[in-house]
Amino acid sequence: MQLWLIPILPLAGFLINGLFGRRFSKGLINAVAIGSVVLSFAWVLKTIFGLGELSAPYTEHYFTWIQSGIVNIGCDFAVDRLTVVMLLVVTGIGSLIHIYSIGYMAHEGGYYRFFAFLNLFMFFMLVLVLAANYLVLFVGWEGVGLCSYLLIGFYFDKKFATDAGNKAFIVNRIGDFGFSLAIFYMVKNLGSLDFATVFQRAPGASEAVLTTIGLLLLLGACGKSAQLPLYVWLPDAMAGPTPVSALIHAATMVTAGVYMTARSWPIYTHAPAAMDTIAIVGIATAFFAATIGLAQNDIKKVFAYSTVSQLGYMFVGVGCGAFSAGIWHLVTHAFFKALLFLGSGSVIHALAGEQDLRHMGGLRKKTPWTFLTMMCAAVAIAGIPPFSGFYSKDAILLAAHQHAPWMYWLGVVTAGMTAFYVFRAMFLAFFGDYRGHEHAHESPPVMIAPLAILALLSLVGGFLFNVPHFLAALFPALAESEDVSLMAISVAAGLAGVALAWLMYVARPGMADSLAAGLRGLYTWVYNKYYVDELYDAAVVKPVVNGSRVVLWKGVDAGLIDGSVNGVGARARNLGSVLRLMQSGSIRSYATWVLFGSVVLIVAMVAVEISLVGGAR
Amino acid sequence: MDQHLLSIVLLTPMAGLLVLLFLPAKSKNLIRLWANLASLAGFLISLPLVSRFQTGVAGFQMEERADWIPTLGAHYHLGIDGISLLLVMLTTLMGFLSILSSWNAIQDRTKEYYAMFLLLQTGMIGVFLALDFFLFYIFWELVLVPMYFIIGVWGGPRKLYAAIKFFLYTLAGSVLMLLGILTLYFQHFKQFGFYTFEISDLMKTDLTLGMQQWVFWAFFVGFAIKVPMFPFHTWLPDAHVEAPTAGSVILAAVLLKMGTYGFLRFSLPLLPRASMDKTIVEILAVLSIVGIIYGALVSLMQQDWKKLVAYSSVSHLGFCTLGIFSMNPNGIAGSVLQQINHGISTGMLFLVIGIIYERRHTREISEYGGLGHVMPRFAVIFAIAMLSSAGLPLLNGFIGEFTILQGAFEANRAWAAFAVTGVILGAAYLLWLYQRTMLGQVTNGKNLGLPDMSFREVAVFVPLIAWAIWIGVYPKPYFDILRQPVTEIVERVRPGYFQAGGQINGGQGPGARGQGEAARSARDISKTLRAERASFPRPRPAAAAGTPPGPRPPAPGGDR
Repeated sequence: MQLWLIPILPLAGFLINGLFGRRFSKGLINAVAIGSVVLSFAWVLKTIFGLGELSAPYTEHYFTWIQSGIVNIGCDFAVDRLTVVMLLVVTGIGSLIHIYSIGYMAHEGGYYRFFAFLNLFMFFMLVLVLAANYLVLFVGWEGVGLCSYLLIGFYFDKKFATDAGNKAFIVNRIGDFGFSLAIFYMVKNLGSLDFATVFQRAPGASEAVLTTIGLLLLLGACGKSAQLPLYVWLPDAMAGPTPVSALIHAATMVTAGVYMTARSWPIYTHAPAAMDTIAIVGIATAFFAATIGLAQNDIKKVFAYSTVSQLGYMFVGVGCGAFSAGIWHLVTHAFFKALLFLGSGSVIHALAGEQDLRHMGGLRKKTPWTFLTMMCAAVAIAGIPPFSGFYSKDAILLAAHQHAPWMYWLGVVTAGMTAFYVFRAMFLAFFGDYRGHEHAHESPPVMIAPLAILALLSLVGGFLFNVPHFLAALFPALAESEDVSLMAISVAAGLAGVALAWLMYVARPGMADSLAAGLRGLYTWVYNKYYVDELYDAAVVKPVVNGSRVVLWKGVDAGLIDGSVNGVGARARNLGSVLRLMQSGSIRSYATWVLFGSVVLIVAMVAVEISLVGGAR
Repeated sequence: MDQHLLSIVLLTPMAGLLVLLFLPAKSKNLIRLWANLASLAGFLISLPLVSRFQTGVAGFQMEERADWIPTLGAHYHLGIDGISLLLVMLTTLMGFLSILSSWNAIQDRTKEYYAMFLLLQTGMIGVFLALDFFLFYIFWELVLVPMYFIIGVWGGPRKLYAAIKFFLYTLAGSVLMLLGILTLYFQHFKQFGFYTFEISDLMKTDLTLGMQQWVFWAFFVGFAIKVPMFPFHTWLPDAHVEAPTAGSVILAAVLLKMGTYGFLRFSLPLLPRASMDKTIVEILAVLSIVGIIYGALVSLMQQDWKKLVAYSSVSHLGFCTLGIFSMNPNGIAGSVLQQINHGISTGMLFLVIGIIYERRHTREISEYGGLGHVMPRFAVIFAIAMLSSAGLPLLNGFIGEFTILQGAFEANRAWAAFAVTGVILGAAYLLWLYQRTMLGQVTNGKNLGLPDMSFREVAVFVPLIAWAIWIGVYPKPYFDILRQPVTEIVERVRPGYFQAGGQINGGQGPGARGQGEAARSARDISKTLRAERASFPRPRPAAAAGTPPGPRPPAPGGDR
């Protein structure tokens, strides 16, 4: 089926634009960049139709990549139904966002660089999704991290952007610490990294080993998918251009952790402790990030914390054994969150770079298309039936209720908060009076068209794509439960959130401020994101930096080691200068030394003689 | 010429040097041209080594042997195996590229400079080819002299301090190593009644464990200073900072590998029992890990661009020694590969520094910033060098680090866990360096008019980038070349390792998938491994009597 064509096409786009794009016209750059991704999407569709039912994974082996000792890793791609879902999301949403970027980036410098990096990202993301073993997956995993770094720091003359890029890369590397160790464990204890072999052997391995592997993989997933305690890089990552936030930091890359843990289900089902940990990390992150989202004023920051929170939901699904529900939410979230970001990009574009909600307002008349499409995403994420978010979130919450009721209730509260902060942002941006100074204008059709498609998907994507049904044969089945009351409660929570937002920001605009003033301490704490960044800085970054500078470099290296080395040198020189006194050039002193030496020699010889004679007797 | 290929490779730079001596010192361009041609010839002439090398053949190939000083038992004995092949190729390529990069950088005493480089080239190749300890020692010491002058004459402001420090440090190590060699030499005489420096003969000497340990530590000091392992590393930053660009490149890319090569070629095969001594292995592994983390942390704090890269070498070489002392095929193969990788990526990083130093004559990081605006080509090349050094998949560094860490993990999980933190820190110091020099706005007016890289400057990097991608994407030929020598070393140090199931699925190519695998369930495998861990480091008793003795033939890969 030539699966390799799927990632190679964007790679070719990257190489062409990267090497020669500087001399290309914008039209040519667009043709190469968008052409390669759309072709890749087309090839995905052709592959899917060609493969038919896909009851068993379809694998292609290209060459042996690493073969050493007990390690044998091929460059292999495989497609099963899970891969199909991911391929469609990545290339489909990817194509839309590429098209949108034509309009968004039209006035930015480094146009070819932007599209080259975006294509490179598509290459690595597709490698990640197509991989048939953990190491090839890791190639994509690291590669998307690199592209994320490059694109967060796209405006590289701004320090906060490059700082955010570094932070993203390094925090992800901390997660990769876990991922790499998990890989070593698998090679040593399961003897392979191929998905097929690992999953076949996993049931035979000890629970302790599988739990360790599962937890280490989870650490990797926490880095990539921005879960507690490694979520800190994602909000900062919003420094990148908005299409990047939509593609990489909402729809695709950050969901790689969910994909990877769901893919590893045969390991997790035999490691219940690790699975519980996933669910707990997920629900904790979902709740925690949602509370921060309540108080943010930067429109992109609101959606960034929302992403962290929604990713938490997906992990709850995986951790509760509802793997397909987690993937379902991944898909619907890709629709509505990409739309929210692209929509806010359209707003920012309209306001010439303004991102602060306090300087917006009343935009629904000035940018009606953006308003309408974003509204579709808002009702979807709020979990209002029958829109897409409702289906997947409901499936996850049901599974959570089966797993542990408290998770369900925490999830419901989070759902209410989600509806609140999303509609708060919507009301602040689009309702009331305009509070800014820029002359707002609607975005060009090339940006509106992708918004419209995503809006349609956000509305009907839930019942159009029944992902759990499609993946039913792949994952272990969960006990069926159709508890209407649980569903009603979560929907009610969503509606309550919307209503409260309406009350606070449309009906009685002064209410929010007086509430914030009343709870000043709490509000400041949440507004400043619980000071987690400051905490990490004080607890990790500063000790490492100061310890390295003061203790290791100045103390150990320059002081102790070099001090003693130079000390040896100095002592040798001192000894030499003492000995030099003997070389005075004065004949009398030499004569004295000769005499002294002769005496010593004679005494020694006599002593030896005596001892020898004595020994002979 | 075929039977003398190794001698030809060894002596080509020397021949170039002889001609160079007769060129008039004033015609600098002629001298430059000649030195470039000679070193290019040195590289081209070494290419047939690759095509004539037979993968999977035991022992040394293309051997040349002649009596030299019969009364001492010293021979002119050259030979090549997979490990030395890769290192020789690295030497000839890096030698050529560093000479090429010196075209504008060296303006005074040009003739002497190139003469020193060609002499150095022969010395380094000799180190990797010699199979006679006497010959080896001559080359080992020969390398010291030109490097001393390169640092001391063409170096920076504190060049004398750095050169003397370099010289004394390494000389102190070599003297102890000489004592170790002589101990072996006389012990061999005691047992066999004739004097020889032939390594294959010395390997037959039967030493008590105590004697092996003492010789091991004597060798250790010599090699560890060269590598350099913590805490013998403090000569390195000074030498690097003061050396001219090409000197730093060769120092990092090739000279340091003499130490790791020494461990692999001499310490392990000659002193197998000491090498497997539990205390020794643990001390060396811990020193390696300390080197990895310590080097990275200190690197993080450097204000001097070159010093930063120098400390990163300490960290990277820590991976190489950790691989060696994992004492299993992955660790050792990964170590050799990482030695090559470090040569490529750190070589590139020093070349990068050289380019900017030629323009600004400062290495203070704070003098730079925003260079990406002024020198876009330079920014791309620096980025690739940085990513290769940081171990990004599909570039060379990842393959080496992964294999080493896998090997370390097989030996001891904790080692791998600690060493992986070096990978995190590696990203930190490199990205931070890149941010401070290349990104942001141009804050220093002096950087505004800097010219981007010229064609010659880009040309120096092209082969290195190509090599980095090749190793990253298709490293299989390298593992194939290394399998035989690595198997021999492991078999020598841990007799019976391969019979004991150390190689779980080494023979499992994609074509062989499914056969025999199902027979051995995963639980069996982990049980075997647990048993093996328990008996580490003693050789296994004949637990698996059914398997044939001797090292396994190279794995039948599916796509062969």
